[in-house]
Amino acid sequence: MSAADLSAATVEAVPRAKPNTGMKRSRVVPGFRLSLGVTLLYAALIICLPLATLILVGARLGPAEYWAVVSSPRAIASYKLTLGAAALATVFNAVYGFGLAWVLVRYDFPGRRLLDAIVDLPFALPTAVAGIALTAIFASNGWFGAPLSVLGIKVAYTPIGIALAMAFTSLPFVVRTLQPVLEELDGEIEEAARTLGAGNVTVFFRVVLPILVPALLAGVSLAFARSLGEFGAVIFIAGNQPYQTEITALLAFIRIEEYDYPAAAAIATVMLGTAFVLLVVTNALQAYARRHELTP
Amino acid sequence: MSAAGLPRGASSGWSRHVLLGSVLLVTAIVIGAPVLAVFVQALSQGLGYALASLAHPDTRAAILLSVTVALVVVPINTLFGIAAAWSIAKFRFPGRKLLLAIVELPFSVSPIVAGISYLFVYGGQGLFGPFLEAHDLKIMFALPGIILATTFVTAPFVARELLPLMQLQGNSDEEVAATLGANGWQTFFRVTLPNIRWGLLYGVVLCNARVLGEFGAVSIVSGNIRGETNTLPLHVELLYHDYNAAGAFAAAAVLTVVALVTLLVKTLLERVSGQAGARRGH
Repeated sequence: MSAADLSAATVEAVPRAKPNTGMKRSRVVPGFRLSLGVTLLYAALIICLPLATLILVGARLGPAEYWAVVSSPRAIASYKLTLGAAALATVFNAVYGFGLAWVLVRYDFPGRRLLDAIVDLPFALPTAVAGIALTAIFASNGWFGAPLSVLGIKVAYTPIGIALAMAFTSLPFVVRTLQPVLEELDGEIEEAARTLGAGNVTVFFRVVLPILVPALLAGVSLAFARSLGEFGAVIFIAGNQPYQTEITALLAFIRIEEYDYPAAAAIATVMLGTAFVLLVVTNALQAYARRHELTP
Repeated sequence: MSAAGLPRGASSGWSRHVLLGSVLLVTAIVIGAPVLAVFVQALSQGLGYALASLAHPDTRAAILLSVTVALVVVPINTLFGIAAAWSIAKFRFPGRKLLLAIVELPFSVSPIVAGISYLFVYGGQGLFGPFLEAHDLKIMFALPGIILATTFVTAPFVARELLPLMQLQGNSDEEVAATLGANGWQTFFRVTLPNIRWGLLYGVVLCNARVLGEFGAVSIVSGNIRGETNTLPLHVELLYHDYNAAGAFAAAAVLTVVALVTLLVKTLLERVSGQAGARRGH
């Protein structure tokens, strides 16, 4: 309440610092109360109520019991696996997603629209379908699994397979965050740099990349958050052996199936807390990206 | 607007081909191959087996349940998406950024966490558990629970498509309409809706695909009762673990077709809206 009052007061106090920012507009454009009311009601009932309940249930556990659950060796092993696989998936997506966004924005080739549409496939395809399909082709008798196993590389039922499934489901977040920023970068700055004598490598690392880094980081942190929580695509390819190939989301799921609700609540709050932290980081990066946006 | 008009000076030659080639190769391996595999595996026992598997009463019940969930959730999240985008894009108010973050929160929260959270609200030992039991209302392990959890997970999809569009278009059209005496609904249906219709349609189609495909949250709240609370993705898992791979992939193929149609609609919509944009001299 006081925070809302404070920010309202700040807006009142400096009316000229931000001219024309809407308190005036809100009187002309209709529907403010209705749309905000619907949004707030929905946000409260559908989004906030369940998450607040989870936090409450977790808080009721008591510090000793909570700590015992979240720091159990099996839980710790699952955090390490989940974080490691998500990191691997995110690094892969940072490189591949960057290449994909670059090719889509900068190159003209037959099938560009098709490729652009395909980028959204991981959004549209159910995660469970992705999971069984990736398992089928990367299992030791699959299209890619068979030749890889000859080389001694196992993908399915290993952490690499988990990372692959995470990379699949989180790819669009990286590409779709980078694409608009790349589109705005229309080549004038690069030409200016070239005119001043910079070579290709210099232009890329000293001019292009610094402009794209905030958007890349924002997309990457979103993809990382998504990977940490991924369940459907991962459990088919993971093997699901405790201490070895069991992700944190699966551990929480198993605790629910065992009716061990306190343990499930504790693990779920750890996942939710991590998601919150990453969300704050992503928002900070996006705010940074906006502040350093190119002015046309 | 297309890449054709871009200056691309020195980025020609072999580096261009290598980059394009590697991107296409990785895309074929990581995205193309799994989609192809779904159909190949579905037909591994022949078309007849795949069709018979889809005609099985349990599969039909799963398809019917998933469609029912979509028929409820997609309209709810469409209305929410429009309301959220309208309030956040058209107005400035204290807490606006916080509201935006809350609207996008389900993107960052694991579906498993979502499912568990709903269990603690509506489950037997949950917040409303005693109340629901006293009134003989069953939400968890039944259709309402599946609908609620799916609504949470797919909440941001329509809003996320509309927000940038509405922000880009600004308020001037609506201001003109209001000045000319249009009321709120007239302004929305005659001025705003035509401007956002393609984005809205894609948001709805994408939301629909996600609703039909939701797995993690639903697997917590559904109870997995075969033929009753088994959605199509849960049924895929069930068949898969029953060592009926061809049956699982046949059901998965249905969902894959939905995904491919979603992408087709998106491509067509972009073409249409791109032409509309070009006509307006954009």
